[in-house]
This record gives sequence, structure tokens and C-alpha cells, in this order.
Amino acid sequence: MSESILTLSIDGKDVSAVAGQTILEVARENGIAIPTLCYLQGLTPVGACRMCLVEVKGVPKLLPACVTRAAEGMEVTTQTPRLQEYRRTIVELLFAERNHVCAVCVSNNHCELQDLARRVGMNHVRVPYRYPRLGVDATHPRFAVDHNRCVLCGRCVRVCDEIEGAHTWDFMGRGIECRVITDMNQPWGSSETCTSCGKCVHVCPTGTLTEKGRAAAEMKKRLQFLPYLTLMREARP
Amino acid sequence: MTPEELRELAEKRRAQLKQPRCRLNVCLAAGCQSCAGDSVFKAIKQQIEARKLDGVQVRGVGCLGLCAEGPLVLVEPSGLLYQRVKPEDAGELLDALEGAPLKRLECPTDVPFFRAQKKIVLENAGVIDPENLEDYLAAKGYEGLIRALTDMTPADVIAEVTTSGLRGRGGGGYPTGLKWSTVAKSKGAKKYVICNGDEGDPGAFMDRAVLESDPHRVIEGMIIAAYAVGAQHGYAYIRAEYPLAVKRMQNAIKQAQKAGLLGDGILGTSFSFNMEVRLGAGAFVCGEETALIASIEGKRGQPRPRPPFPAESGLWGYPTLINNVETFANIPPILRHGGAWYAAIGTEKSKGTKVFALAGRVKNTGLIEVPMGITLREIIFDIGGGIPDGKKFKAVQTGGPSGGCIPEQYLDMPVDYDSLARVGSIMGSGGMIVMDETSCMVDVAKFFMDFCKAESCGKCVPCRAGTDQMHGILTKICNGEATLDDLALLERLCDVVKNTSLCGLGQTAPNPVLSTLKYFRDEYLAHIVDKRCPAGVCKIKAPAEVHA
Repeated sequence: MSESILTLSIDGKDVSAVAGQTILEVARENGIAIPTLCYLQGLTPVGACRMCLVEVKGVPKLLPACVTRAAEGMEVTTQTPRLQEYRRTIVELLFAERNHVCAVCVSNNHCELQDLARRVGMNHVRVPYRYPRLGVDATHPRFAVDHNRCVLCGRCVRVCDEIEGAHTWDFMGRGIECRVITDMNQPWGSSETCTSCGKCVHVCPTGTLTEKGRAAAEMKKRLQFLPYLTLMREARP
Repeated sequence: MTPEELRELAEKRRAQLKQPRCRLNVCLAAGCQSCAGDSVFKAIKQQIEARKLDGVQVRGVGCLGLCAEGPLVLVEPSGLLYQRVKPEDAGELLDALEGAPLKRLECPTDVPFFRAQKKIVLENAGVIDPENLEDYLAAKGYEGLIRALTDMTPADVIAEVTTSGLRGRGGGGYPTGLKWSTVAKSKGAKKYVICNGDEGDPGAFMDRAVLESDPHRVIEGMIIAAYAVGAQHGYAYIRAEYPLAVKRMQNAIKQAQKAGLLGDGILGTSFSFNMEVRLGAGAFVCGEETALIASIEGKRGQPRPRPPFPAESGLWGYPTLINNVETFANIPPILRHGGAWYAAIGTEKSKGTKVFALAGRVKNTGLIEVPMGITLREIIFDIGGGIPDGKKFKAVQTGGPSGGCIPEQYLDMPVDYDSLARVGSIMGSGGMIVMDETSCMVDVAKFFMDFCKAESCGKCVPCRAGTDQMHGILTKICNGEATLDDLALLERLCDVVKNTSLCGLGQTAPNPVLSTLKYFRDEYLAHIVDKRCPAGVCKIKAPAEVHA
């Protein structure tokens, strides 16, 4: 079909896309970096973290690149001062929301939130820290969850549901009280649905979900498996 | 049932209704029930039975409007309205049927509250028994549906709605005809119609009143919509906090199914449509259409980015039409009288009437329906009767948490979608909260931010964490602990939350703050710089003594 190939411009660069591709996919193909947090290739995009918001000429609202489909003639801008300021503020809001003290985190130096902060130029947080007292659940024999580090990106929820098919993880509560939970908000160790596959741990962008027995800065996440598993799943008859 | 049989039934009921010498309509909507309206109803019924009064009937009806003076009783055919009726007044009320009106309880109806209104959506409210299908038929109910199904093609129906100029009454003001035609054009093996009855704005009860007073009107609107867009199934999504509305809607659906107005082959035509009630579990965000759809699907009520819009991919991925209760309630009269008739009411870009829930510091609180284009002054001072206790008007908040506060200088502005937007507020679903000089505008902004913070679903970061931060700053300002830096941060957060949030809840959450900052900045500064609350609402602590 001839109409299935589109051309558009991203940051002034003319690029081509296959109909159905998102702005984010096209940008990444062309080496244009748009920051993301809740997005992960292989999982359903949800547009929740708002890091990938871009400007599209003629559209008054900012659009999330992860779920917005490329369209013929679209003019996309990904790095305006306004967008950069918004991204920085959103990262600051995340840092202030819970407890993200990198120095005492097992994921220090292997943390996507940390990378993101560096990328958006966050050198300090300009909103007051909330310092909530959230628990750590270490009842699972191999893994632990530290709710103080959670950014509620929902990657664990989606990977467990969409890839592993267990749906052990979900959200409870709303607004600032929102929390990820296992099963009916019971200790992870007592979960009857968890297969202990560890996918959630490795898609988690921060030090929230970790393998036990790792010292600070040792908890490297292995994301490579996800595109492979997705591919294998889609290839199944 | 065929149209002829339906009309026969209506005729029979009309004749029946003429029989009794007089009838007492007791308001049994939630407002009057909350002040013992049902005891009044029972007392009058007992008295009639005890006295064996022939030709005197008592009926429970929907909202009579002037909630502030409830429980209300309307006497037919004299049109006398009694207010603040107590069960022990029943005897006296019945005595007065023969002679002079009971002055002690009489509510004057020759006042602007009643005269300045124009009732279309509420034409049957307080007049018919909402639990009786025949009452609705007698009031020309389902005539619009008969016309649509027997004389018109779906395209004709959409054209009629387009001609009417009706805009969505849920708040956005999107042209209804355009929405319908989009869903009609969408391709899908199935289509759905959803009525959004998840009214959650503080101070708003328009949808509740319509559902409680005239549920068949909403059902009729939905069937007509389903016919127009080609839907087979519908849901009335009503918040569980409205038990009476839910009960009456369920009752009305059963009646409509029994009468062949819902189900297979409606009115003997080949068109089939059925519907059911779904309860909302009390999340404000479920009024947002994608969150509402997720909730009906049995998922967590969270919005998702649009597009795809529900018109293209909605409930279970099928094309879905979502309209608000009041929007659907406008449809039957539009089909009965024609779109041109409706378009002649209101202003150029905002047609028809709008139902408002008038609340706050105003004498006549209650439910009103006025033509678009009426001024705020007319609503507040004529219909509303002005501010009680000799206090001075300060602002009117419209549109709930998504709206803004409008100061005195705009009182003569016509009420329509565009004028309200120009002054930084919105029509919203129709909540209208009047505030006098005893209200602190910072405190008001804090109240709405507290609401948004509590109702944010938590999915996107700016809404989840941003509203919490904004609420924190507003609390600091109210406590006299904030600095001008905090004010600057508040304004910066308003900008971020408004422009980066995923759905309407977050995108509009800063509006009450922005509008109060725009018109009442001096009050913010008084709290921050002078450490005092001009309205005397905020309890500002005395500054702590500084020890050298």
C-alpha cells in the first residue's frame, strides 16, 4: 500500500515513518533522543510519566510521543526551552514525592531516574520534599520492594500482566496515596500468583524492585530480555 | 407496543389525571427527602385515607427547584406551592384545599425565582411521578422517539440535533450533532451509547435531579441517540452516591423494557437497543470519558491518552457515544419540537437552556434552568434573591474544580460557553457557588485543590505530585507561613500541571488557583506579606518570637 509510508519532520529533520508508528519510535530510529520513564519497548505504552511530551505544530496541547502516531506532514519539536523546563519540573516532582537518596540505593549508577535527572539538567529540587514513610517488603525469598523508591511508572504491573501473564502486580489507592501492590495488597512472599520470574525487578527503572543480596550499585537491571520475549510471544502461532 | 398503543396509554393516563379534584405533589427528590419530604408524603396520604377524601390525590414527584425551602408541596390545579412543610401540617394543608390558601406555608411563585426560568430539561420535574411511565407518557414522553423511529432516518435525527445547536452539557461544550455524526460514521461490529451520570463537582446536583425527577427522559434521549449512531447497547453510568437516582433509573429501565421501548424491535420497528445501569464507585475522574469506559469494563478508573477518541475506539474497543445526563435530557424536546425551535432559544453560539445548581451564599439555593445568555447578575440577584444577611457579593464559582471564580466586575456578562471561558472559568456541568465577603479566596482555592488532589487517580506525575505540592503551598499561604517565593513556585506549578497532565482533571485543576490569583491577588499578598486573612477565615498564627 503506497499510503502507508509517511513523511514528517522531527526537530527540523525530515524523516519517514510507517503508518501506525509512534513519534517516539520514529524519533529513536533517527537518533533523536526523547526522554522517557514509563515507556518500555515491548510493553503497552500508557503516556503516564509525561517525560516524552512534544510540541506538534498546529496542535495547542503537548502530546506524549510514546502514544501519538506519526502523521503525514507533521512538524514535531522535541527540545524547546518550554519542554525542557517542564521535564525538569516533572523529575523534581518525582524526586520530592518519595525518597530518592541515590547514595544509599542499590541501584545507584544503574538507575533510569538518576539518568533522567542528569539528562534534564536537574541539579537540585526546587519543590519541598514530602518524605513519606513507606515500607519495604522483603518477604519474597529472592526479591524485595522498597516503596520509597517507586515512581509508579507501572512497568512492573504491565510486564507481569502482559508478558508473564500472572498479573501479580497492580495499583491501589489514588493520587499521592497511589501504591503498587502484590495480589490483594498482601506481602509479596505470600503471593500465590507470583511465579518469581523476576521480570518486574528487571524492568523497574529505579531501586524499588531489587534482587536480594546485592550491595549498593550492584543491582544492574537486565532489560535485554524484554524485546526477545515479546518477539517470541508474537511469533507463536 | 406500537406507537398507537403507546399514545392510547398516554391518553388514558391524561384522562385519569384530570379526574381528581385536586392533587398534592410532594417533592421526593434527594434534597427534600433529606428534610423529611417522605414523612410529609406519608402524613398527607394517611390524612386523605383517614378522612376518606374522594377526588384528592397525593403523588411523589421530582425536584420542584427551590431546595432551600424544602420540603415543597405543589397543589394542582391551583398551582399553589407550599414550603417548609412538616408532617404535622398535613391536616391543615388538606383543610386549605377547600378555602383560602394556607398563608403560613405559602411560597410565592410570582417571583423572579420562578418567572425568570425557562424549563425544557426540567419541564416535568416536580410535575410527574418519576416512578410512573404513564405519567411520562401523559406529558408527551416518548413522542420524540416515536417521531425518530417512524418518520426519520438516523441521518435525519443527527441533522435535527445539529440544527438545534445543542452543545455537550457535561462541561466541554462539544457540539452534540458533530459527536453523534462522528460515532455514526465510525465502523464497528458493535456500538455503544453511554450516559455519563458521574456528577462529582462540589455543589452540583443537576444530573442527580434530572435522574431522580424524570428518568424516562434520559432513557428516551439515549434510545434516540442509539438509533442515530447505530448502537445496540447502552449504559447509564451513575455514581453510587446517588442511590435514589439509581433506583429510579433502574425502575424506569424495567418499565421501558416491559413496554417494548427497550429491547428487540422497539415500537414494532426493526430497531433494537437495550441498556442497563452501571454504578460508579465514587471517583471524580470517572467522569472523564476514557476513565469512565475503563470503569465500565471493570478496570481501575484511570484515563488514557486520546486519540483514539471513544467515538472511534471506546468501550471494549468499539465506537462509543458518551453524553452527559443533561445532554440526553435535551434530546426528546428537540425531536418533539424540532431543532429550529431549540436553536431559537439562547445565544448565537450557546443554544437552549442550562440547568444550574445554585448554591452557597445566596437566598434561594436550588435547581434552576435558564436560557443561555442570561447574565450572572440576573441569576444571582433576581432568581437567587441576592446575598443573605446584608452581606456583599464577592465572587461566583462556576464549573466546579475545573472552573474558576468570577468577580463582581463581570456580573453583567451573559452566561454562555465562550463568555465564561473568556474570564477564566467554564460552564462545566453547571455548579454555581456564590460567595460573599466572608469567603477567603485563597481558602476557596485550597478547598478545590484539596478536592483535585484527593481525586487525582495517580497515573500521571504532574497531576499526582503537582496537585499535592500546590495544595501544600496553598495551606502554607492560608497559615501565614508562605513567602513570595512560594507564590512564584505555585504559579510555576500551575503552568506545569495545566499543560502536562494527562487528562482533564489535571489540566484544569489549577483553574481555581489561576482565577483567584488573577482577580484576588491582593488576598494572596495579604496572607503572605501582611500575615493576615482579609476575610478572617484563615487562622493565621501569631508570628513566632525571634530569639536573638
